[in-house]
Amino acid sequence: MKYVDEFRDGDTARHLAERIAAEADPARRYAFMEFCGGHTHAIARYGVASLLPANVRMIHGPGCPVCVLPIGRVDQAIALALQHGAIVCTYGDTMRVPASGGLSLLKAKARGGDIRMVYSAADALKVARQNPAREVVFFAIGFETTTPPTALVLRQAAAEDLANFSVLCCHVLTPAAITHVLNSPEVAQWGTVPLDGFVGPAHVSIVIGSAPYEPFAAAYRKPVVIAGFEPLDMMQAILMLVRQVNDGRAEVENEFVRAVGREGNAAAIAAMAEVFEHRESFEWRGLGTVPDSALRLRPAYARFDAEQRFSLTYQPVPDHKRCECGAILRGVKTPSDCSLFGTVCTPDNPMGSCMVSSEGACAAHYAYGRFKDIPVVAA
Amino acid sequence: MKTDYQRPIDWRQGRVDLNHGAGGRAAAQLVDELFARAFDNEWLRQGDDGAALPAPPPGHRLVMATDGHVISPLFFPGGDIGGLAVHGTVNDVAMLGATPLYLAASFILEEGFALAELKTIVESMAAAAREAGVAIVTGDTKVVERGKGDGVFITTTGVGALPPGRAIGGANARPGDVVLLSGTIGEHGVAVLSQRESLEFETRIVSDTAALNGLVAAMLAAVPEGAVRTLRDPTRGGVATTLNEIARQSGVGLHLDEAAIPMQAQVAAACELLGLDPLYVANEGKLLAVAASEHAEALLAAMRAHPRGRDAAIIGRVVADERRFVQMTTRLGGRRIVDWLSGEQLPRIC
Ligand code: SF4
Repeated sequence: MKYVDEFRDGDTARHLAERIAAEADPARRYAFMEFCGGHTHAIARYGVASLLPANVRMIHGPGCPVCVLPIGRVDQAIALALQHGAIVCTYGDTMRVPASGGLSLLKAKARGGDIRMVYSAADALKVARQNPAREVVFFAIGFETTTPPTALVLRQAAAEDLANFSVLCCHVLTPAAITHVLNSPEVAQWGTVPLDGFVGPAHVSIVIGSAPYEPFAAAYRKPVVIAGFEPLDMMQAILMLVRQVNDGRAEVENEFVRAVGREGNAAAIAAMAEVFEHRESFEWRGLGTVPDSALRLRPAYARFDAEQRFSLTYQPVPDHKRCECGAILRGVKTPSDCSLFGTVCTPDNPMGSCMVSSEGACAAHYAYGRFKDIPVVAA
Repeated sequence: MKTDYQRPIDWRQGRVDLNHGAGGRAAAQLVDELFARAFDNEWLRQGDDGAALPAPPPGHRLVMATDGHVISPLFFPGGDIGGLAVHGTVNDVAMLGATPLYLAASFILEEGFALAELKTIVESMAAAAREAGVAIVTGDTKVVERGKGDGVFITTTGVGALPPGRAIGGANARPGDVVLLSGTIGEHGVAVLSQRESLEFETRIVSDTAALNGLVAAMLAAVPEGAVRTLRDPTRGGVATTLNEIARQSGVGLHLDEAAIPMQAQVAAACELLGLDPLYVANEGKLLAVAASEHAEALLAAMRAHPRGRDAAIIGRVVADERRFVQMTTRLGGRRIVDWLSGEQLPRIC
């Protein structure tokens, strides 16, 4: 277990915390967005925020694939199970995302929908092979990390000419989302987004490499440091961001050199390119419609596209009126600014996207950090 | 000896059918040849529908606990549903500081279930009961149609005797007390997950399922009456959920030290891989204790001297906090809340 312990060592953490405190200029404030839900989770679970000086603030970005899944897409998956009688296979956390009419995939399952939790896209394919008489749909969600496996099973399904398998493709793209956070029309309404830099995602970058962030860093003059998911990776990345800000640099740096290169994984990129093409626009929960930010199946794979196969139409469904997810995902507000936080909206009964998965900003704050909102009683 | 000119049960190829639950000859045969034989004791031998049991000595109180066991898969590394059904209820009784004495067992079998597997499960129950020193004195068997059960469901009810003056419960933790844990966490949950269809992964992790009444007896013998305030086995929902229950019942806060919580490296690695927090993973052979701080070291020594408590550790302390938060200093030196689990823990996506 040495491998993991090395990245969680308390002494190293203290040393890094001291460096961050020493190098962060007390005269200014630093706000960094960790894009990825895995980072949000690591910060919360290891109490990283409590090790940072008061003028260094971390903001949770839209990088949790479950959180950004819009209600309308979950509705589609539920309709496939309940109305079309298909077996719907999907990843675990997706089961809990609230949908219209008080439903979720979990609740639709209780109503008799044949909805199965799988641990990989390949498992969904297996279900299709085992149930030749049934339609089997893989509800595919996630960023560039989970996209290559979906591409591979689609290739496989085509090779086998599987007649009963299709994919409801809700794969989304990281660089587009990061850009949108800085660029959307709503940003004008909230004033300047107070973001000084980004912690770039770990697993996504293993696939796409660090190069796709370069145009972004240059265009928006924002530093990006790609970091692993261990808490010490996070702290190292924060120190690197502080240094870039102090030096007035806006570069793409890579803290996660043990896994990420500049070019990414060519085979995975090729598989994605063969099977998928960009959608003109896609609705994200909390962010609204983001141009060029998601994937759909190429025409050559049309017969495996659940949207076409079942003639599904997309019906957007708004979040709770008072939900502040949009502002939170852009770093303008924090979870405790939301009047629903912890009362109407809790992890057991989420109203907005940020409360859905444990990696969402509101859920992470609820589960790990809310003691800070209320004065701590001396032990 | 041939009785009733009955065909012997085919233990190799046979399957549960609806007759086995119908109360007729087939049912009687199953009870005689399987349950009564495996659990054999004076009460079962009488063959009545209930058991007449001696009253506990004067001043003692009766403790009763019941638990339904549904688990998939029925067999997992380190155990099966049978042993688990005994351990779970024995432990529930023991966690009140009582001596578990008798169990009742109710089986709901699914039509078509292999008799050979049923036999293995029942024998494992018998072995677990013998080891824990409890007698299975009465029971029931029902059969449901194929598709209406998951092989076997077992409900066990336990009865134990509580000596006069003993008060151990979730509401007794007081600020200043310490929190002890009897050993490494998460083995049962990870062992079961490793066998789940479509998740199967190679591991040497085995379930920790075990009866804890012996450990409890050793602990209570080592310190004065009243020093142990609370005992609880962190089963479903894991250590985190159990500690939140104690904090809520007692109206206190808890502060944990993550570095002090014992865990096998393999369990940590598996949880890492699956995106699970081991604090929420189920255990079946561990206990949490809240005890007066002045007796903590003696208690810890007694736990470590017992085979079921070898890796015991002091993992935290009780503080005054009317919000009843369970907080933790992480291995990294940061602080966080250890909250109730919302829903089931599901493996992460990316
Ligand atoms: S607390 Fe709930 S409603 Fe409020 S912003 Fe967060 S997710 Fe939305």
